[in-house]
Amino acid sequence: MKPFLEVNNLSVAFPTADGVVQAADGISFNLNQGETLAIVGESGSGKSVTNLAIMGLHNRAKTKISGNITLNLSDRSIDVINSSEEEVRKLRGSTMSMIFQDPMSSLHPYYSVGDQISEAWRLYNSGSKADGLKRATEMIDLVGIPDAAKRVREFPHQFSGGMRQRVMIAMALVNNPKLIIADEPTTALDVTVQSQIIQLLRDMQKEFNMAILLVTHDLGVVAEVADRVCVMYAGKIVEQAKVDEIYYRPAQPYTIGLLQSIPRVDQHQGKRLNAIQGQPPSLINLPKGCAFLDRCDFSKHVSGNLCAELAPKLEEKADNHYARCHLPAAKIEVLAKVAK
Amino acid sequence: MLKYIGRRLSYTLMVLTLISLVVFLIFDLLPADPAALTCGKSCNPQVIEANRHRLGLDVSVWQQWWRFIVGLFAGREYGEAEALIQCPAPAFGYSFNRHECVTKIISDAFPITLSLALGAFIMWLTIGVTLGVLAARFKGRFVDRASTVFVLVGTSLPTFISGILILLFIVIKFKLVNPLDLGEWANPFSDPFGWLKTFFFPCLTLALAYAASYTRFTRSNVLETSSEDYIRTARAKGLSEKVVLRKHTLRAALAPIVTIAGLDFAGLLGGAIITEGIFNLQGLGKLSLRAVLVDYDLPVIVATTLLAATFVVLMNLIVDILYALIDPRVRVG
Repeated sequence: MKPFLEVNNLSVAFPTADGVVQAADGISFNLNQGETLAIVGESGSGKSVTNLAIMGLHNRAKTKISGNITLNLSDRSIDVINSSEEEVRKLRGSTMSMIFQDPMSSLHPYYSVGDQISEAWRLYNSGSKADGLKRATEMIDLVGIPDAAKRVREFPHQFSGGMRQRVMIAMALVNNPKLIIADEPTTALDVTVQSQIIQLLRDMQKEFNMAILLVTHDLGVVAEVADRVCVMYAGKIVEQAKVDEIYYRPAQPYTIGLLQSIPRVDQHQGKRLNAIQGQPPSLINLPKGCAFLDRCDFSKHVSGNLCAELAPKLEEKADNHYARCHLPAAKIEVLAKVAK
Repeated sequence: MLKYIGRRLSYTLMVLTLISLVVFLIFDLLPADPAALTCGKSCNPQVIEANRHRLGLDVSVWQQWWRFIVGLFAGREYGEAEALIQCPAPAFGYSFNRHECVTKIISDAFPITLSLALGAFIMWLTIGVTLGVLAARFKGRFVDRASTVFVLVGTSLPTFISGILILLFIVIKFKLVNPLDLGEWANPFSDPFGWLKTFFFPCLTLALAYAASYTRFTRSNVLETSSEDYIRTARAKGLSEKVVLRKHTLRAALAPIVTIAGLDFAGLLGGAIITEGIFNLQGLGKLSLRAVLVDYDLPVIVATTLLAATFVVLMNLIVDILYALIDPRVRVG
């Protein structure tokens, strides 16, 4: 069976006055029904750009997009990039939905949450306003907001951050989409609410057998929910593997750096948090060699000038474990242990 | 909501009372003497004193003010016996320059100012908002650049130039309106065409200046709103661009326009001095200008000032209520 979502060699570039910003470059991954794929990486690594491309939300006039994004529906396959805007629009909200980072600003302040959910439902279902409101009430109840019948008439400002994110989820799920793209859904929330929202997403996934594409830079969340992980850096996927592989056998220096910079509860107090030194490169005029070279602690173990001369390709280092590094996985594993 | 409106109305009354008092105090401080001004050539101190008494200026400023307030509700009488003059409530006083009750003068001038202000208001909102939305929707394209030119011309041309230019072309060059008909009052209900003939071009003059700034304001508001997160959410829902613009962007972008439009309109209701002057409209603007500069007509000045203040204060209230209807966040619990 074909995977539900196939992204193949996706590139997104923005022509600007200073030059072409290559925001995503040669991105490929698959996502199956009922599976959760996490995309992690720091700000500007191309996570959100990739998502917006899947949703078809880039302004086509101002963005250069190439590659294929194929959705394999039960009756047909659609390529988001090469379909008309109108066709892609009809997928949004019905086949695929998106949950955004900041629930404070992602809901329209002038409409009641019931109106906003009902609007999404009525776009793809024929029903009266009253039906829409009834459906909205069901959804609000489903995502765990108490007193749904009353709250459905309230406005976003009357909800707390976590509750608003629940409303966003209710709105995204109202048409039973096959794919949910969650773009840092917990970043703006405090920690206890974060875990509630993540739990809610998992429950919903089980109930509706959805594919979830989770964008985050919270590796704790990733460990909790993801089946597979893509690590992105400077617009490219630098490592892709099952979640356990990423945590226990990272095969790429950037991933190792990310993992080592997670604060640990059992860590000795007073010790500084590990950080990856330096800044990611500008996405205009990327270096010819490895984009991570300037910040890499492992490059000295690569013979000659290979890292600066040749950008590493995404290689299969182990079974279904892909990484972008000139060093063999076994060597990296040894070096990472030494570094600890 | 009703409680809120009631509270706001009582504030409004307080503000208006204070304004009337301030106007009286200012006039008390001015060096000119209205009683002397009314008595013409054959003047002597006795006549001046008699006039002062008839005008009601021989008592303290507080008493003058109190009589004014009482007159508003109970009407006023001036002079005695055969020289008795009665102004029924609401009496704003009696103009000894024009020999008329001020209420009558105002009620003659107000429809003219209202016509001008309302006509201009409708025109500038239509032009400004439409052009602004189009400019934002087609940013960087022809409509946008054309609107920039319009904004530049509109904001930099003062009404006394644009008005005279319009007058020059419409009346003198193309003879669309007979110059003798200028400023001729026509009832808009019984003679809509005559009304239009009198008011169309004055309204246009006023509207051009306002439309320019409204175009710019609308454009920047729509653009700013378009980049809001909730607009992205609306797109992600699968709404078409048309619905996103109409239902989501405009609703939020046009809300602040209600505020400034209401206040601009209220300001104009007090009289548009320059435009009324150019087109010979006997409205409140011309009335108060004459009362201040030529006649030193205290009752008229008090009345027009109070009226203008009332419009501003009331319109503030209306705008606040409208805003509460538009934006649920400012609704009072």
